[in-house]
Amino acid sequence: MTDVILRTEAVGKNFGKFRALGGVSASFPRGALTSIIGPNGAGKSTYFNLISGAFAPSSGKIVFEGRDITGTAQHHYAKLGIAKSFQITTVFPQITTLENVRIAVQALVSRYNVWRPRAAMAELVETAGALLNTVGLWDRRERIAGTLAHGEQRALEIAMALASRPRLLLLDEPTAGMSPEETRSMMDLIVKLAGERTVILVEHKMKLVMGISDRLLVLHHGELLAEGTPDEIRRDETVKRVYLGQREH
Amino acid sequence: MLPPNFVATCKRHRVVLSIAFLIVFPLLMPFKAIAVNILIYGLFALGFNLMFGTLGLLSFGHAALFGAGAYACGIAIVHFGAPWWAGILGGTLGGMAIAALIGALAIRTRGIYFAMVTLALSQCVYFLAYQATAWTGGENGLRGVELSRIAAFGHSINFVDPLTRYYVVAFFVALALFILSRILASPFGAVLEAVRENEARARACGYDVRATRFMAFVISGGFCGLAGALQALHLSIVPIETLYYQTSGLVVMMALLGGMGTFFGPFVGAGVFLLLENLVSLWTVHWQLFVGAAFVACVLFFPRGIWGTLLMGRAK
Repeated sequence: MTDVILRTEAVGKNFGKFRALGGVSASFPRGALTSIIGPNGAGKSTYFNLISGAFAPSSGKIVFEGRDITGTAQHHYAKLGIAKSFQITTVFPQITTLENVRIAVQALVSRYNVWRPRAAMAELVETAGALLNTVGLWDRRERIAGTLAHGEQRALEIAMALASRPRLLLLDEPTAGMSPEETRSMMDLIVKLAGERTVILVEHKMKLVMGISDRLLVLHHGELLAEGTPDEIRRDETVKRVYLGQREH
Repeated sequence: MLPPNFVATCKRHRVVLSIAFLIVFPLLMPFKAIAVNILIYGLFALGFNLMFGTLGLLSFGHAALFGAGAYACGIAIVHFGAPWWAGILGGTLGGMAIAALIGALAIRTRGIYFAMVTLALSQCVYFLAYQATAWTGGENGLRGVELSRIAAFGHSINFVDPLTRYYVVAFFVALALFILSRILASPFGAVLEAVRENEARARACGYDVRATRFMAFVISGGFCGLAGALQALHLSIVPIETLYYQTSGLVVMMALLGGMGTFFGPFVGAGVFLLLENLVSLWTVHWQLFVGAAFVACVLFFPRGIWGTLLMGRAK
């Protein structure tokens, strides 16, 4: 049996009377790049929001490294070792790129210190600089984050997610709204990151993730439709019917 | 607007410049009492701006924090015969205590709801003070916070002399400014910016947004409480209007007038507001018309406020 980093046991989510997700049980092996795919409205984002702690499930259980983390407050996730990037770009827009990452790094060290000058914590700036290097934004460090190009902001967000040294990185449609070149460099970055930690990726465009994923989860109408290696998914008849039959755009 | 190298020089020597300014300031004012008022309201506006400009939460209940400081100081001196410094300490702690109470309930909300909840709770404090006449003097205000001489470092200082009084107040304001600038430059200051800029991301980074807001509100209460305590000593009375919602509105106007996005902006706003009030009221009773017009003009044409607009050259 392989080492499982994250497991969901029949997690479901209702919004009022609407059942957005109906009890999904799945395991995510450590060290693997798993992609969650599915057509629009399949419940991918809901599932992502449940495992990333944006909101608590209506039913079921989420287990991270053998520990039940169901309903844990969002701000504890970084400490647990789980980090995420949002579907909608989410940075601190009026602060410099470097300070964005520095604030993210600081979260592990100091949250309520009101007296020590931040300038004295040089090691945080150093770590932040190294992270900007990883995502290829070192040249942009003095720029105000809100003025960066869309693709750059998404990369910045990943640098901020990496600041907590997560063992599990969750990415929600990281290439949404990107140009083809931006998409390509983002996919390269994801492959690089996946070499060092477990990555779970939510993606709408199946083609994009087929080549890089170790495993795939296919959601449809809020249910888990299929799971397996890219080859198994490609051969799966039900998946073909509901997903591959559709025209890609 | 200002030449950048001039601004850079000023920035490097900002501590010396600020102290020098505080020393000569009363000599530039038409009357010394205005200088004291400007310092007190300036401090109040700075404390308010920690929530508004730095954290991005508009409170409409800061009169309660200011008033709590004034009443705590006044009650300590009038009812318990406390020394003047204990009154100031009590005022600061009083502001923090009321802030903790109001904050515990209000920080759950945001935007217009936060403004409304703080307004409602501060009105509760107002009516409590209005009813508790034995302690607060009710609608007559708390009288008799009189100090003619104060003892400090083995000296007896004449607190009636306006200039001396100014320098005593200036000492505490300078101390508060120093503490506030340390807070803003600290890691916690960075968290405040992060929460203002993007709550969801701050949370994902691992910051407890609610705890951060609560702490900021209590710290804000400390500064506003200190301002209130100084006000009580300055006026020798705590008028019930200190707690009234107009005081909350006043501090919002001051912060906007001066510029909520800058450190000294609220201070400048308080100065301009009070000067206009005092000078215009010398020749017309309708001074509010002119102050109001200046405020509207400022909001419409200089959204960064007076100080923020002056500093714009630096940002370029």
